[in-house]
Amino acid sequence: MSKIRSQEEITARVKALESMLIDQGVMTTQAIDRMVEIYENEVGPQLGAKVVAKAWTDADFKARLLQDASAACKELGIGGLQGEDMVILENTDNVHNVIVCTMCSCYPWPVLGLPPNWYKDPQYRAAITREPRKVLSDSFEFTVPEDVEVRVWDSSSEMRYWVLPQRPRGTEGWSEEHLLKLVTRDSMIGVGPVAKVA
Amino acid sequence: MNGVFDLAGTEGLGPVVVPEAEPVFRAEWEKTVFPMFAMCFRAGFFGVDQFRHGIEQMDPAVYLKSPYYEHWIHTVEHFGEKLGKLDMSELDRRTQYYFDNPDAPLPEHKDDPELLAFVEAVVPAGATAKRESDKEARFQVGDRVRVVRSSPKGHTRRARYIRGAVGEVVLAHGVFIYPDTAGNGLGEDPEHVYTVRFPNSELWGTEHAEPNGSVYIDVWDPYIEILTPSPAAATTTEGAHS
Repeated sequence: MSKIRSQEEITARVKALESMLIDQGVMTTQAIDRMVEIYENEVGPQLGAKVVAKAWTDADFKARLLQDASAACKELGIGGLQGEDMVILENTDNVHNVIVCTMCSCYPWPVLGLPPNWYKDPQYRAAITREPRKVLSDSFEFTVPEDVEVRVWDSSSEMRYWVLPQRPRGTEGWSEEHLLKLVTRDSMIGVGPVAKVA
Repeated sequence: MNGVFDLAGTEGLGPVVVPEAEPVFRAEWEKTVFPMFAMCFRAGFFGVDQFRHGIEQMDPAVYLKSPYYEHWIHTVEHFGEKLGKLDMSELDRRTQYYFDNPDAPLPEHKDDPELLAFVEAVVPAGATAKRESDKEARFQVGDRVRVVRSSPKGHTRRARYIRGAVGEVVLAHGVFIYPDTAGNGLGEDPEHVYTVRFPNSELWGTEHAEPNGSVYIDVWDPYIEILTPSPAAATTTEGAHS
């Protein structure tokens, strides 16, 4: 049985692997830095929030988004790796959706960025399918009313699911720019609410 | 492959721990491992299904306990060794060297404009697993289906918790690369993909399941067998006879 490595051991292993891949021309530090920069600063949940806010204010766009999420996102210049074929799941008064990948860590990168660590951890992947209400309540302090059905979407294929949260009450007449500040990453995973209307 | 990676319903793992906030990458080494997926894919190390299967073959104890991106290191090494692209004794030698000399520089190298252009292109374009096909779909929305119960030894996305369970087809997505062949190095062999809905009670038993809930999971055509065709389909057939 191999042992659990320390951070120092992993660091040395990765540097050794990187050096060999550099020697082979598979990687360059320039390309590594660029890829990291993209997912640290450019692709993240602010893009999904933009899509949600537009869907809240534009009924035609929302209809297209529900019909084909990838095509509708493309209209806004949003899409790509790990979101080639996306489906958005609309929360309603009767249905709450939440996403998981129980066998690995599939997640819609183009709209939510890279997944948080808890999403990839064994604990979430194990429990959210079995006891979603308990997980949401215990770990996310998020209670779904008993009369609302909880639908857990296990992303086992290359389809990428994410959640269209309900537009909060008291936001009538708000602009898209104003609304998008309410859209949290967790509300698009389905583990949390949108931000409180101030 | 029946392994610990197939986690749905596993108990005793402890609570889901959610930090207030955390950076996209928690350590510098994670910033190097993350791009390995795309760049080793480009260099012909693996397809995405093989990448997953490489991870599945990790030591299960390490799988459960190690930081997430260590899974990726394992699969890169797995295919690097298998394809003769990585000399493992050289990798061990360099690992010891960088462990003893953590500030030693990486090999000198030139920038590669083509690799940079690949990064700039692949992020916004992606690489869909969807395939054009005239293959007929065996199922349609509304069909009641049962998931095949067998336990294949190689890569599959037919999770254990749905095997033998009965559900309803709710979405049909078209034709995609089949992981049970692609993940085992046997070609794309594209198949139709559907979303099937299972009530919680069907998966866990009424007395053990949370009420008013269901699981939606995607299956490829060979994963399911027909139980009752969609009532809509029956109506259509009747209509054709009258």
